[in-house]
Amino acid sequence: MRKCYFDHVATNPLDRRVFDAMTPYFMEAFGNPLSLYDLGAKAKEAIENARGQVAALINSKASEIIFTSSGAEANNFALRGIALARQHEGKHVIVSKMEHHSILNSARFLEKAGFVVTFLPVDKHGIVEPEIVKKSITKETTLISITHASSEVGTIEPIKEIGRIAKEKGIIFHTDAVAAAGNIPVDVKELGVDLLSMAAHQFYGPKGAGALYVREGLRIVPLIYGGIQENGRRAGTENVPAIVGMGKAAELAKDEMAARMEQSKKLRDKLIKGVSGIENIYLTGHPENRLPAHASFTVEFIEGEAMLLLLAAKGIYAASGSACSSKALKASPVLLSMGVSSNLAQGSIVFSLGKGSTEEDIDYLLAEFPQVIKRLREMSPYAKGWGTKGESGECIPQK
Amino acid sequence: MYTAKVMDHFTNPRNVGEIPDADGIGTEGNPTCGDVMQIFIKVKDDRIIDVKFKTFGCGAAIAVSSMITELVKGKTIDEALAISKETVANELGGLPAQKMHCSNLGADALKKAIEDYRSKKK
Repeated sequence: MRKCYFDHVATNPLDRRVFDAMTPYFMEAFGNPLSLYDLGAKAKEAIENARGQVAALINSKASEIIFTSSGAEANNFALRGIALARQHEGKHVIVSKMEHHSILNSARFLEKAGFVVTFLPVDKHGIVEPEIVKKSITKETTLISITHASSEVGTIEPIKEIGRIAKEKGIIFHTDAVAAAGNIPVDVKELGVDLLSMAAHQFYGPKGAGALYVREGLRIVPLIYGGIQENGRRAGTENVPAIVGMGKAAELAKDEMAARMEQSKKLRDKLIKGVSGIENIYLTGHPENRLPAHASFTVEFIEGEAMLLLLAAKGIYAASGSACSSKALKASPVLLSMGVSSNLAQGSIVFSLGKGSTEEDIDYLLAEFPQVIKRLREMSPYAKGWGTKGESGECIPQK
Repeated sequence: MYTAKVMDHFTNPRNVGEIPDADGIGTEGNPTCGDVMQIFIKVKDDRIIDVKFKTFGCGAAIAVSSMITELVKGKTIDEALAISKETVANELGGLPAQKMHCSNLGADALKKAIEDYRSKKK
């Protein structure tokens, strides 16, 4: 059976070239980068080389890159680290409802610690309007954090415009670029961001490796205290092989980005075009300003987890933001914030392509997906519509 | 995540559909937060002679629906009423903890269908 992995926003396989770059650092060049002898120096050199490669991907200086264990750590670090560092200036933080849990839950932590957080609404495409950001700024605002691109609906946010507003007002601006970095061009100078998070496994690097870009001269309170690693800003013996892998993956992503994007976009457009022929199915996220490899939909009258499992039985791997497919059993807050009804949010399905995806994969998906939908709709009491509202707001199926 | 039995009932559900001249119909659940199950029963001489279901929901919800229709077919009304959520879950070899509450709606939908049948009989 054909295997089609269309869940590249969840994670990616390691690129073979990345694997090869990493392997010497497990058993041969295993030294601690802090050690003074040659083994330590070799590890230190490898980390600094990787720092340069990651910096080149986002057009920063190498000294502005702090390695972390994940994108989530980078997000936690940015929010807490800046809010705490500037609390004497104000205690207001702005994020959007499009953010990843690592931002949302860090923001909730700050609320508990006495900060005021504004969770900005978004439009139907998931866009954070720069004007709304501007209006939500108060004298107390010290930090704005808006995602670069949503892994759930693919929408790319107007980061440059928001960055300009933040700069005008003298507010620190962070973007969670975990879904963007390595997949679309990301230039910290052009975007005007002060901090930016990324994760290696989003661009064929290893899991367990992330980075936070912190603009030169910006003070940040550490998340992890200890030794002098990362200039005292992130303690803990460095995960040398993973960092080397992240560097190599960043280098490859930079070199191959244009080709990867072009191929993904072509396949994604074919996918969206093919799927749009199915009745009662809607694209989620922005139709144009979206990640090149991302196609997300809501399918009416059926549920996402059931779709996922039937697709997986056909060798097609996808994701869903339905309540049933989440561990918390809650519908995707991102879809709800975009005004998608909770019934429809249940039918969420996300296909994210990768550099290994082929035309044949898309053909296979377009052959199988409509059958999965048909099968589940035949089972659904709502196949003729959402019915009438009952006393407690429930949908009573039509006879 | 799911047992082989759950996957079997989910991928090859038994008794899917509607009974146009059903003696009782029961609906349970809400699509805004989870699953919805609709059960149709045909009763003769106090015995459930036919049963069908329609379900909106996840793999567990569909498997539960399929399983309960198998369990009640041919049973008397009293025997059918004795089937609990636990019975259904056990017959499926267990359900993930978080699915026990929201997806295990079969027994409740069945009870509603029986109530509907009884209210029509009066």
